[in-house]
Amino acid sequence: MREWADFSMQEEGGRTTVVVTGPLLVSTIANLDAGLRDIEDPVQFVDISGASPVDTVGAWVIYRFAKAHSAEVLGASEQAEVLLEAVEESASEADIEPDRLPLYMRVPESVGATVFELLGGVRRNLGFMGALIVAFLTTIIHPSRLRGRALVRQMELVGITSLPIIGLMSFLVGIVIAQQGAIQLREFGAEIYTINLTGRIALRELGILMTAIMVAGRSGSAFAAQIGTMKLTEEIDAMRTIGVSPVEALVLPRVLASMLMLPLLGFYAACMAIIGGATISQLQLGIPFLTFLSRIQEVVPTYDLYVGLVKAPVFGLIIALSGCYQGMQVKGNAEEVGLRTTKAVVQAIFMVIVLDAFFAVFFTEIGWG
Amino acid sequence: MSSDDLHYEGEYPIVIEGLTNAFGDYVVHEDLDLKVRRGEILGVVGGSGSGKSVLMRSIIGLQFPREGSIEVFGRDIVAAEPDEVIGVRERWGVLFQGGALFSTLTVAENVQVPLKQFHPELENELLDEISRYKVVMTGLPPEAASKFPSELSGGMKKRAGLARALALDPELLFLDEPTAGLDPIGAAKFDELLRELTDTLGLTVFLITHDLDTLYAICDRVAVLADKKVIACGSIPELLESDHPWIQEYFNGPRARAALDTKERSKSMDKQADTGA
Repeated sequence: MREWADFSMQEEGGRTTVVVTGPLLVSTIANLDAGLRDIEDPVQFVDISGASPVDTVGAWVIYRFAKAHSAEVLGASEQAEVLLEAVEESASEADIEPDRLPLYMRVPESVGATVFELLGGVRRNLGFMGALIVAFLTTIIHPSRLRGRALVRQMELVGITSLPIIGLMSFLVGIVIAQQGAIQLREFGAEIYTINLTGRIALRELGILMTAIMVAGRSGSAFAAQIGTMKLTEEIDAMRTIGVSPVEALVLPRVLASMLMLPLLGFYAACMAIIGGATISQLQLGIPFLTFLSRIQEVVPTYDLYVGLVKAPVFGLIIALSGCYQGMQVKGNAEEVGLRTTKAVVQAIFMVIVLDAFFAVFFTEIGWG
Repeated sequence: MSSDDLHYEGEYPIVIEGLTNAFGDYVVHEDLDLKVRRGEILGVVGGSGSGKSVLMRSIIGLQFPREGSIEVFGRDIVAAEPDEVIGVRERWGVLFQGGALFSTLTVAENVQVPLKQFHPELENELLDEISRYKVVMTGLPPEAASKFPSELSGGMKKRAGLARALALDPELLFLDEPTAGLDPIGAAKFDELLRELTDTLGLTVFLITHDLDTLYAICDRVAVLADKKVIACGSIPELLESDHPWIQEYFNGPRARAALDTKERSKSMDKQADTGA
């Protein structure tokens, strides 16, 4: 049990003295602090001759109490004297809450800020896209300025390292589609159409869509967090001063890597989904594995593959753009990195799905239904 | 150890014996001994990469040494269970090189973090008051208390970091290059502040620095880290008697002489001012 600082009141000839005893330390002050705050009667003297040791928190509590009651401090040891002086010099009434407007101003203020942020966001987004196009064209004119190493490294990170997870995910999704589809189609005795269902949906939609969502979660977030942290540590500024364009050095390799890898990953995902479907067909539907695969060739039109592959680079562009863009917008503190990363992923997935809907309508209209 | 350790009879808040630190094959410290005396400002110097920060991290328990013992306030930091050292953590404050302020909290809230952690019984009103005067005590303007770290300059961040390090009124203070990156006026003020706080609060300070002015102005003793050991520890005049080439180069280099000159000039100016008055 620790010893708390304590006090007692003594009255003598109409004068009140508060006698403080015990250690006046940050660890023992809590009770004394609360007790002294409750004293409302006038106090003329504070006797701290029985209090030791003293630290600045103890000195502060005594100083504050003495000042509030205009009381005189008695019996301070040499050290206490020094500390009392030190806290007196440091006393401040400053507001320690960060500036906050009253509610009736805060609401319109934040609405306004959101509107401006939206408009500014569109403008900055366009600006970012412009910078990217400029960087891209410069690289075409001067191919030597392409950062091959960075590009290959990013291709590895976006593509190769995500093969296991995307493969497993697609395989399982293929199983689910084939199995659930078969249950419904069995009602019409059309179980054999499970192959059409699995093959077409995997190549047209699911392969690339699932891949895009996975890459947005894996790589889009990584882009935002990495570039955002580099922004905080002034690495981006350092690049600029050396004459290296951050868009050329950081953004372009990531965008190109995503655009190149997504079609490959999407195709791979579709294949894995079909293999998944074929596996479950063999096990549950009695359609042999190889028959399933050879039927795919007959029932899936080639343009289904093209539909999937055309969308892929666009999705890759969107994922990399929103990741890099949000990363470049980071300023201030570590919390911002987290917020921007979240934003990058949410934005990318949302845009991917919206665009996918547009693509679906478009391809049907041009007769690739 | 220098011979005058024999004459010192006070306490040693930090005692390091036979410390070996290594990252893989790279040995940073080998069989290092160091004792820090109560109430002194001990400057720790050494070339870049000589393991000054690693030494500090070992003492505060962030780096687990390969061998050796480190006692802080008589308690072995290396062998102790984590909750055994909590009582020790309460008695020290640490200022990291970059300030390491919590970026989502205001300066005042930063100062309150250790207070709330160790003394949940304190009332909010007192916490606010404490954070206010600590901020001013470390030389920040009172309004800085409500600011976020990202709104502060480098020097102000260091001061805010110091305010947080001092929040619990620690007996022991670890400072990692507190004056690096400060302008000379700011650095001199920081030195002054440190000396003042040490004298008023009776602190023991473990101060890593490259700043020769700081060494001359406020350090009671200086420990020199080289060859994976503390090769010498003593006051600057004592160190100057050493014939170790690194120490000679360090304290007799052009910058060291300039720092010494400054100190003597300011002394003689003080004298003139005294006699003049």
